[in-house]
Amino acid sequence: MPLLEIENLVVEFATAAGQFRAVDGVSLSVEPREVLAIVGESGSGKSVSMLAVMGLLPWTAKVTADRMDFDGVDLMQLSPQERRKMVGKDMAMIFQEPMASLNPCFTVGFQIEEVLAVHMGMSRAERRARAIELLDLVGIPDPADRLGSFPHQMSGGQCQRVMIAIAIACNPKLLIADEPTTALDVTIQKQILDLLVGLQEKYGMGLIMITHNMGVVAETADRVIVQYKGRKMEEADVLTLFENPKSNYTRALLSALPDNATGDRLPTISDYLVDEQPADGAAS
Amino acid sequence: MTAILEARNIVRDYHVGGGLFSSPRTVHAVKGVSFSVEKGRTLAIVGESGCGKSTLARIVTLIDPATAGELFIEGQKVDIAKDKLTPEMRQKVQIIFQNPYGSLNPRQKIGDVLGEPLLINTDMPASERRDRAMAMLKKVGLAEEHFARYPHMFSGGQRQRIAIARALMLNPSLLVLDEPVSALDLSVQAQVLNLLADLQDEFQLTYVFISHDLSVVRYIADEVMVMYYGEAVEYGPRDEVFANPKHDYTKTLFAATPRADVASIKARLARKAAA
Amino acid sequence: MAETNVAQPISLDPSRRRRLAEFWYYFSENRGAVIGFWLFVLLVIVALLAPVIAPHLPYAQYRDAVLVPPFWEEGGRAAFPLGTDPVGRDILSRLLYGAQYSLFIGVVVTTIALVGGIVIGVIAGYFGGWIDTVIMRIMDVILAFPSLLLALVLVAVLGPGLTNAMIAIALVLQPHFVRLTRAAVMTEKGREYVTAARVSGAGSLRLMFRTILPNTMAPLIVQATLSFSSAILDAAALGFLGMGAQPPTPEWGTMLAEAREFILRAWWVVTFPGVAILITVLAINLVGDGLRDALDPKLKRS
Repeated sequence: MPLLEIENLVVEFATAAGQFRAVDGVSLSVEPREVLAIVGESGSGKSVSMLAVMGLLPWTAKVTADRMDFDGVDLMQLSPQERRKMVGKDMAMIFQEPMASLNPCFTVGFQIEEVLAVHMGMSRAERRARAIELLDLVGIPDPADRLGSFPHQMSGGQCQRVMIAIAIACNPKLLIADEPTTALDVTIQKQILDLLVGLQEKYGMGLIMITHNMGVVAETADRVIVQYKGRKMEEADVLTLFENPKSNYTRALLSALPDNATGDRLPTISDYLVDEQPADGAAS
Repeated sequence: MTAILEARNIVRDYHVGGGLFSSPRTVHAVKGVSFSVEKGRTLAIVGESGCGKSTLARIVTLIDPATAGELFIEGQKVDIAKDKLTPEMRQKVQIIFQNPYGSLNPRQKIGDVLGEPLLINTDMPASERRDRAMAMLKKVGLAEEHFARYPHMFSGGQRQRIAIARALMLNPSLLVLDEPVSALDLSVQAQVLNLLADLQDEFQLTYVFISHDLSVVRYIADEVMVMYYGEAVEYGPRDEVFANPKHDYTKTLFAATPRADVASIKARLARKAAA
Repeated sequence: MAETNVAQPISLDPSRRRRLAEFWYYFSENRGAVIGFWLFVLLVIVALLAPVIAPHLPYAQYRDAVLVPPFWEEGGRAAFPLGTDPVGRDILSRLLYGAQYSLFIGVVVTTIALVGGIVIGVIAGYFGGWIDTVIMRIMDVILAFPSLLLALVLVAVLGPGLTNAMIAIALVLQPHFVRLTRAAVMTEKGREYVTAARVSGAGSLRLMFRTILPNTMAPLIVQATLSFSSAILDAAALGFLGMGAQPPTPEWGTMLAEAREFILRAWWVVTFPGVAILITVLAINLVGDGLRDALDPKLKRS
């Protein structure tokens, strides 16, 4: 049975210019112990669809789906309270900006223990022990000392490690990583990706990796979904996608990689999508 | 071949602190970097955040002075700490920034964005400024109807085209590109890189291309300089640097760059299956 | 060439209209702001049309109609709908003409404070260093005084009268604009478009007033609206204390002061000017709140 199963997800926003459809009929499923990558450029609705699953969208968003099941529970039927209990415990998310995702006013230790207190009801001593264990797990040296550090005393990579520690604090079944390494340097990116995949394998979590970076997809994913302007363009396992992409859009994305440059100039999306508006042509 | 830009032992120190509880300390952002770029070539400066590459960009663009060292542009020595910068020199070096959303004045129409450099530096009549701006707008792949619009109506890639057009209005010989495509989507990135290559061919432009993305650098650069904590740890022709990196840091950097080719995916999946 | 000349206004127009439509969308989300806006429009119309719609002249005294109550009270007359004051002048007419004074005070004071505050604030924010320190310490000193007290002292020095009162109030309100402008300029100064303009060769003056200033206007507009109402309030207070507009000017605060001793015998002589001040200030403050909602990008939901 899939861990997460979504059918025909539609997300619309009310704006000054009227209804805006950010996600348009996306279906996807994640098996336990699977790494699913959702790839797309900005405006493809890749983050919005996952925020909708987490129930983290602002009230201006209208979310509809034929089906949204997580671990056998229908998310659409849950009350906001029940849903909040589930989010952060069984289903956790980490974001692009690690510095902005941590509260600058509280120590790292406090923020980890807060999650444990809310979802696990542990005692003070248990929480502290678990927090040290978690920091050790995500590869922060001297975890006991670092509990008292504030986010601004740590580097971006360390903050992202703390975010991962918070996310896995309650042993979630599904971890959603929204561009987890985009704000980080290449060498740090490598470490964080290795950490995420390592934890995913160790604890048998499902992992959804939202990214725009084909390199990150190639290095982590089992299966890939390509999204473009709120629609799913292609779904395939990672090798098939890179070896033999079906949709024109995927082919365009892959050939736009400077790594794959053959001639003097790079092929661009518009060379492939003759009848569709190129992404650059639309005013934001 | 003539060197458009030559830098000898550029040093930049920042003095921080000196507050109530801390004694002042000196941060060495750039520690004696030397390089030169010939006309029509591209030098890529690679490094991670905090390595001093953006500081170097600001020095080369004559925005901030260097603490020590000599900078020659078209053979002429420039030192903005001592002498006032002449308008001619100012026009020779222009810069493109990373963030296309921050580099255009939100209250300025595109036509005015492009016309402003001419308005400030020349006494061209308004109609000629307009014609030139229009011509440049078309050159970077935008259309006449974009002339009277405001920046917020454009996508990131279009804005970066506008920023490039603005930089070229004064016919510079050297263009400093500070991470010009790292905020852009992949497909748009390809378009902008193509545009930069076209413009370089047409105007014989010299580029100093600052980036952290090795795949982009490998595509665009002629020479590569790798910076690490303010020092140039590796400097040489592109193929040599990529084929035979000498410094440990360069090797780490190459190893960390994610590879999106089928062979490495197969290798990874094989490793996973074996584990 | 002719084609491009025609094309320009067409392509410009929808942009501006769309921005206006967007502005109105966010502004009208705030119900109170819309009410305040229409009240303010009504006030402007009333002030402009005062000579036409006022039943009497503001200075005309009717010896036979001293302290006549409003028309619904016993002894009230239809000729004087809101009653008359102790020297037999029609209160409604004086209130209508008084609206002219209030708006005039608001506009003049806000303009002086805004222009002065912007110039000083831009200089402080742009140059920083000791210039900034000197300017801001002076502003801190002004802000340390209770505003009305300082205005009172200034008027005492300059001599009572509406013009001096307006200058005094403008001086008192100015530091708010200075602080706001300085903070906004300091944020904008570090943005890349400013560096880009500098690389194009723009000088300090151009950077300060053409490049940076237009991007700091949103908070200033909000502050200007709020200052408009405090200017009216302060002017009324000074008038009430006998330091602002002098009798027989039909300024609302002065009207209150003139009728002080009759408060217990004739409630209408103080109530109506007071209500007029209350409604005006409330309307403008509501508009200010709405403007803040509409112009502050931080509060905007995308």
